[in-house]
Amino acid sequence: MIETFFNAAIMAQAWPIILAGLGNTLALSLMVVPLGLAGGMALALLSTLRSPWVRWPLMAWVDFFRAFPPLVLLIFLYAGLPFAGLELGGFACVGIAFFLNTGAYYGEVLRAGIESVAPGQIEAARSTGLTRLQALVWIVLPQAVRAVLPDLLSNTLEVVKLTSLASVVALPELLFQARQAQSLTYNPTPIVAAAAVYFLLLWPLVRLLSRLENRAVASRR
Amino acid sequence: MGGWERFTETFLNAKVMARYWPDIVSGLGTTIELAALIVVSGLAAGLALAVLRSFGIRVVNWGIIFVVDLFRALPPLVIIVLIYFGLPSIDVVPSGFVSTWLSLALVLMAFSEEIFWAGITAIPRGQWEAARSTGLGFTQTLAHVILPQALRITIPPLTNRTIAITKGTALGSVVAVTEILGQASSAVSNSYNPSPLTLGAAAYLVLFIPVVVFGRWVERKFR
Amino acid sequence: MIQAKGIHKQFGALHVLKGVDLDVAERELVFIIGPSGSGKSTMLRCLNRLEVPTSGSVVVDGIDLLDPRTDLNHARQRIGMVFQSFNLYPHMTALGNVTLALRKVAGKSRAEADEIGHAALARVGLAERADHRPGQLSGGQQQRVAIARAIALEPRVMLFDEPTSALDPELVGSVLGVMRALRESGMTMVVVSHEMGFARAAADRVMFMDDGLIVEQGPPAQIFEAPLHARTRGFISQIQRH
Ligand SMILES: Nc1ncnc2c1ncn2[C@@H]1O[C@H](COP(=O)(O)OP(=O)(O)O)[C@@H](O)[C@H]1O
Ligand SMILES: [Mg+2]
Repeated sequence: MIETFFNAAIMAQAWPIILAGLGNTLALSLMVVPLGLAGGMALALLSTLRSPWVRWPLMAWVDFFRAFPPLVLLIFLYAGLPFAGLELGGFACVGIAFFLNTGAYYGEVLRAGIESVAPGQIEAARSTGLTRLQALVWIVLPQAVRAVLPDLLSNTLEVVKLTSLASVVALPELLFQARQAQSLTYNPTPIVAAAAVYFLLLWPLVRLLSRLENRAVASRR
Repeated sequence: MGGWERFTETFLNAKVMARYWPDIVSGLGTTIELAALIVVSGLAAGLALAVLRSFGIRVVNWGIIFVVDLFRALPPLVIIVLIYFGLPSIDVVPSGFVSTWLSLALVLMAFSEEIFWAGITAIPRGQWEAARSTGLGFTQTLAHVILPQALRITIPPLTNRTIAITKGTALGSVVAVTEILGQASSAVSNSYNPSPLTLGAAAYLVLFIPVVVFGRWVERKFR
Repeated sequence: MIQAKGIHKQFGALHVLKGVDLDVAERELVFIIGPSGSGKSTMLRCLNRLEVPTSGSVVVDGIDLLDPRTDLNHARQRIGMVFQSFNLYPHMTALGNVTLALRKVAGKSRAEADEIGHAALARVGLAERADHRPGQLSGGQQQRVAIARAIALEPRVMLFDEPTSALDPELVGSVLGVMRALRESGMTMVVVSHEMGFARAAADRVMFMDDGLIVEQGPPAQIFEAPLHARTRGFISQIQRH
C-alpha cells in the first residue's frame, strides 16, 4: 500500500514536475481571482442601478453562468469555437471561462454585501455632498466587503480549486503535471503528492473559513 | 453563404443535432441519476457526521474535522482522478461513474456537515435545557427539538452548496462517464461539428436554471 | 421534599456556590432573592442536575440525583422547571410544546397526551391558544405555556428561575396569577425572583443569597421588614427603591 501510493523513489523523480505544476497553479490563481473579482464588482455595481432594464438582464446573466458548469463552458470555448475559426488556446479559454463563471459568483456575494449596508449610510454620505459614485466607493463598498468577507474568501477557495479544470485543456498546472508524471511512472504516487500539495496549500484557508463561519453563527445567537 | 448562416451551420446544424440528440438525452439521464445519488448520499453522510459530532467525543470529533477539512480543501477533479486512476493500483477498479459519485458525495458530505453543525450550534442552549428539564434524553432532544430547528436555518446555504457541487457531475466526462458533456464531446469528435456541444449546453441549462432559480426562491423564503 | 446539603460548584477557578444547604418541605414555597451573579440560578439548576455540583448531595422526593444509577430523565419529569427566557420550542404549537415529553418520556399515546395537554393549558388560562406557535403569543402567554409544559408532567416540585424578569410590566400579573393558583393547589415550589409583592403574599420562607452562600433566611415579614444582616438590608432597600 505504502509502496504504491507513497513511493519515495517515484516521489523523488516526480517532485520537480509537481513543483513546476504548483508554480503554474499559483500563477493561474493570481490571474483568475482578480479577473473574477473585477467581473463580480462590475456586476454588483451595475446592480445598484435600480432600473429594471438593468436589473433583470443582470439577474439572467448571473443565473445563466451559475447554472452552466464551468467545465462545459471551458470545453465549449476550447473545442467549440475553433470550428468557427476562432482558436484561442487553453490559457485564454481558461481566462474567459473563469471571468464569466466566477465573476457571476463573486457578483452575487458582493451584491448581497452592498444590499446589507443600511440605506442611511448613503443618505448620510450624500447629505455631506458626496456624489452617488463617491458614496458607493468610499462609504458603501468598504462596509459591504467587510460584511461578506467570509463569503468572498470561501468563493476564492473554490476558484483556486477550480483552476484544476485547466488540466483538461492541457495547461501544465498541478493536476496536469501530476497526471503526466503518473502516466510516465505507472504509479499513482504523483497524484497523491499533488493532492497533498493542494491540501497543504489550502488547509489554512479552510481552517480560517471554519473559524469565521463559527463566529458568524455565534453572533447570531 | 452569409455570416449568420455560417454560424448556424456550424453551431446549430440541424442534421447533426437530429443525429445526436438521443445521445444527449441519454447523457441527461445519466447526469440526473448521478446527481440524485450524490445529493442523497452526500447529505445523508453529512447529517450523520454532524449528529455524531454533537455527541462531543473528542477523538471522534478531531477525525470528523480532519475529514471535513480534507474534502473542503481538495479540488473535486483531483479526488475523482485519484480514485479513478489511483485505486486500480491496489486492484480496486471503480468505474468512472462510481468514482465521480463517490468523490462528489464526499465533497458534499464535508460541506454539508459543516453547515449542519453550524445549524446545530446556532440553537440556543435554553432549548437543550428546557427539553432536558422535562426528562427528554440527549438523543430525543436532538431529534425532536434541536434538529427540526437547525435544519430550517441550514436550508438556504445547503441548497446553494448542493447546487454548486451537483454541477460538478460534468467532471465525470474526464473519467469517461457518459453524462451530458461526455456524450456531447464524443459526438463532436465523431461528427466534426460542435452542434452536439450546443445541445449539451442547452441540456445543462434546462436542468440547472430551474434549480438555480429555486435556490434563489429558497433564499428569499427562509431568510 | 428537597434535601440539598453542602453544595459547592466551581466553574474552573470560579467558585460560584460555597456550601449551600437547602431543605424544602412538602407544599412549602421557598423564595430566593439576591444580587445578580450571586449563584441563584446555579443553585436552582443543581436541583434538577442541569448543573452537576462539584460536591454535596441533592435528594429530591427521595431520589438521589447525584447517584449515577438514578434514571435522570425519569427523575426530571417530577421536577418541573420554568426559565427566565421561556425556552419554548419555536417550531411547535403550544400544545406540541406541552405534550412532547408526555409522549416521548412518559410514553403516553398522542390522544392521551393531547387530553392532558389541553387540561394543562386550561389551567394556565390558555385553552384557546393550543394551536398557536410561540411566536404568535405574548411574553406572558409564552411563560404560561412553559408552566403548562412543566405541570402537565405532574411534577412533585416546581423550580422557577426569574419567571417574570423578561416580561413587560403589564404582563407580569398573569404569570404571577398562575403561580398563585399553583401554590394554592399545594405544589412545592422554589422561586428565584424579585417580585416582593408575590413573596409577601405567597412565600413561606425567603432566602437571601450572596456570593455563593445563603446569608439569611426567614418568614417574608422578617426578611423584608427586619433583616439581620447589613448585606440583606442593603439589597432590600435597593430593590424597593425601584
Ligand atoms: N456555565 C457556566 N460557566 C462559567 N461560569 C458560569 C456558568 N454559569 C454561571 N456562571 C457564573 O457563575 C456566577 C453565578 O451565576 P448565576 O448562578 O447565574 O447567578 P444569578 O442567577 O444569581 O444571577 C456568575 O459569575 C456566572 O458568570
Ligand atoms: Mg440567574
